[in-house]
Amino acid sequence: MNSKNSDRRRFLKRTAALAGLAVGSLPFVNGKALASVTPGLLNGGNGDAPAPKEGLTAEEPVIQDLLYGGRSSYETTIRSPSIGTLGATGLRTLTPLQDSIGIITPAAYHFLVQGDTHIPNIDPKTHTLMIHGMVDRPTVFTMEELKRLPSVSRVHFLECTGNSGLMHYKSLLHDMKEARKDITVIQAMHGRTSTSEWTGVPLSVLLKGVGVQKGASWIVAESGDNIHHAKSIPLAKAMDDMIVAYGQNGEALRREQGYPLRLVVPGFQGVCNVKFVRSIKVVDEAYYMQREITAYTNTKPDGMSSWYESEVGPKSIITFPSDPHKLPGRGLYQITGIAWCGRGAIGRVEVSTDNGKTWKDAVLQTPVHKKAHTRFRFDWNWDGSETVIMSRCTDEYGDVQPTMLGLAKQWGDERTPAIPASEILHWWESAPIGEFLNNPIQPWRVKPDGSVEDALYNTLLPNPYFPVPGKV
Amino acid sequence: MRFTTLYCLIRISRSRAKSKFLLPVMVLLACGAAMAQIPTYNVGRPPTEAEFRTWDNLVGSKGKELPPGSGTAKEGASIFTAQCSFCHGQNGEGVYPYPRLVGGVGSLNTPTPIFTVGSRMAYVTTIWDFINRAMPPWPMPRKLSPDNVYALTAFILYKNGIIKETDAMNKATLVEVQMPNRHGFYPDPPGATPGKDGFWTPDWGLGKPVTKPAGK
Repeated sequence: MNSKNSDRRRFLKRTAALAGLAVGSLPFVNGKALASVTPGLLNGGNGDAPAPKEGLTAEEPVIQDLLYGGRSSYETTIRSPSIGTLGATGLRTLTPLQDSIGIITPAAYHFLVQGDTHIPNIDPKTHTLMIHGMVDRPTVFTMEELKRLPSVSRVHFLECTGNSGLMHYKSLLHDMKEARKDITVIQAMHGRTSTSEWTGVPLSVLLKGVGVQKGASWIVAESGDNIHHAKSIPLAKAMDDMIVAYGQNGEALRREQGYPLRLVVPGFQGVCNVKFVRSIKVVDEAYYMQREITAYTNTKPDGMSSWYESEVGPKSIITFPSDPHKLPGRGLYQITGIAWCGRGAIGRVEVSTDNGKTWKDAVLQTPVHKKAHTRFRFDWNWDGSETVIMSRCTDEYGDVQPTMLGLAKQWGDERTPAIPASEILHWWESAPIGEFLNNPIQPWRVKPDGSVEDALYNTLLPNPYFPVPGKV
Repeated sequence: MRFTTLYCLIRISRSRAKSKFLLPVMVLLACGAAMAQIPTYNVGRPPTEAEFRTWDNLVGSKGKELPPGSGTAKEGASIFTAQCSFCHGQNGEGVYPYPRLVGGVGSLNTPTPIFTVGSRMAYVTTIWDFINRAMPPWPMPRKLSPDNVYALTAFILYKNGIIKETDAMNKATLVEVQMPNRHGFYPDPPGATPGKDGFWTPDWGLGKPVTKPAGK
């Protein structure tokens, strides 16, 4: 009996360890994990990532091991803890895009940007959503009530507003200086985007139910965690396609993804997707909350900043081959990657295998979901010589993904008088700023030995830790 | 109409939260619960007094939600030392990686812009709102009294050279404060509706449609 009990305890302990990120609390009580992702401790400190959580062990699983399940012990892909960016604090993890398959990001791989080192563990029985302000019937909904209302399941990407910005490369250089070996360019630069099937109540159902009053034009959503993140979002977007979500990829939201309730704002920058959402106030103007001013705004060299930007531009990236991969030799490979945009569906993805001289259409995985990662595939016969490969997408409305220089031109053209693209680019490289909503084409250099390296960021900023191949 | 009446009752109950009036109002609220449900699905209930107190305290740029109270920079200094200096430094200079609050005014159009509360904010209410709802994050936000929040806001404004040390900040005086970067953002005000083409962001304008736009 005793041995049976201790076996059971051991089993439970092991199951909890195996479930790893699924359990949620586990990584966050690990002192080493915290130390490695808290920039205040990381910078100038130990940059090692925590040891990967193993999936199922090589032992034959027993039935209890299979009740939630794990993965083969041969699979070791994990999210990477992110580095601090320009003084940012909190818990951040990056999606391992280099190993991505299809269009759905498993919840265990979904990126995380939490502005605090604390992730609440909220009892859904006590969690409520209050809708108030300019409405006829201020109302509080319990989780149980929300789940009784008409629901939708939709496939949408989320992307951190700062993803792919040069500010992250500056942090990456710092980490390389600290000899951190566990991070790749694709994950460090682009790993703040993921796609899930989100399930919940359309916000429009709730707003129509409580009766929005005449003159209302914005909502302000507020989170129930310690940071009390508040974000103004136009009412027109709320009535269009926003979801108050409790489900992610066929199960409840993960704790770190806002359990038990979060907003999903399809196509809009990540900061709008308020987690642990507790309150939605209907108002008649933007509320100029802290995270709408001190960050998530794009400052130009003339000192002026654009704010309340929303839709993510057309964007694509080759995920294989990318910088952690090494091609074993010449021959046939399938180039593959993801494309997405905030306006709607991806219409076309082209791939160049000759440094942008010629472009050919890639095959899109169907169905193509609006405002979601779209997998593209392109068969390529590598002749073994050095070359640069890249992808470029066009959304269903004809908007084309720009190069980094093209992006700089677009942003410079916003100002009167226009600021030259070269000046904007230099500003991103040199000024102590963060840039947001970046969607540049990412070229990868395939070298004769089959190794692959970044051919964008390391041509823009001096990098003593990578061999610099020269400007493209 | 009944809903409006109920809403007024809730408002009355808030203003008399501590009076003997509360109990009858609570009974009324309980009776009115069915009324406040969303009609089609019969779910939901009206917020309680406590819920309004906790979740209805966002402050917009006009400051109409600001509570009574008052504070000066002089009073804010000691509160700042006790509650804020661990992360933000004795004088708001910031302890890396936590944000600097003071200085940088006039630096935004130079090669090395310095982003602080003083150089960056467009509206003073953003400072008040953020301190009130979210500071200090450890061990627990929302423990500062309105007087404390007015005093801390005054302290940060004073350290940035925006007001005098003895200027009292309250509901009336706070919204009169003009931040140096008030006109540093565009478009001002931010748009609440998408553009004529149905999109939220400016046209990327770099290509032609590859498929027929599927409505919008």
